[in-house]
Amino acid sequence: MANIKPRVKVPKKAKAGEAIVIKTLISHPMESGQRKDSKTGKLIPRKIINKFVATYNGKEAFSMDLLPAIAANPYIEFSVKLSESGTMRFEWTDDDGSVYDIENKITVA
Amino acid sequence: MQMTRRDLFALAAGLAAAGLISLPADASTDAVEAAIKEFAGGMPETGGVDIGAPEIAENGNTVPIEVFADGAASIMILAAGNPNPGVGTFHFTEMSAESRASTRIRLAKTQDVVAVAKMADGSTKMARREVKVTIGGCGG
Repeated sequence: MANIKPRVKVPKKAKAGEAIVIKTLISHPMESGQRKDSKTGKLIPRKIINKFVATYNGKEAFSMDLLPAIAANPYIEFSVKLSESGTMRFEWTDDDGSVYDIENKITVA
Repeated sequence: MQMTRRDLFALAAGLAAAGLISLPADASTDAVEAAIKEFAGGMPETGGVDIGAPEIAENGNTVPIEVFADGAASIMILAAGNPNPGVGTFHFTEMSAESRASTRIRLAKTQDVVAVAKMADGSTKMARREVKVTIGGCGG
């Protein structure tokens, strides 16, 4: 399987209370469990990222439940407004229990 | 997004495989209704939710969708014509600048995309929007 690599686009600086857009992308096949192996004819078991959570200074800022109808390499975009500087942590949870994460610092002035 | 040659080949192989297999029957209207009721606790009234989607999606494997509902605490997306209607649910918090989010979804064929919003006060709203799909995704 291809390497699972999370990527996020987060502004380094923001004004307090200003809306900022966060874009996230993670490379993942999001195997739906509906596809058949073309050689064996057997169903390929489901293996998807089923949960995405963004926390800011330990507090949940945004989350999403994902089902197999989310496209491969899930892209998620949302907006936040922040009042203080801190760290945004992004976590993606796989069906097999693995958690992929990345952190970004944001300076709020 | 950076893509290696290997990724590209894997993707191409995936798409080819998706096109070769036959899709199971689409979700029944009942399944869609059941999913809406389970989420909203009843049938919400229509309106108050915006769905941003292309009118025609050439590739059903990745269809960009944006949803917005002013004041929503969470928004669920359903694909009424997929084998399983569920797609995903966004959860907003007080840190959210607005209850708007985007993602990319799989659509098996031309169908209605449904968005159901649950407001902070417990009320619910929904919207439907048809998306025409040229090549079906192996959704579900």
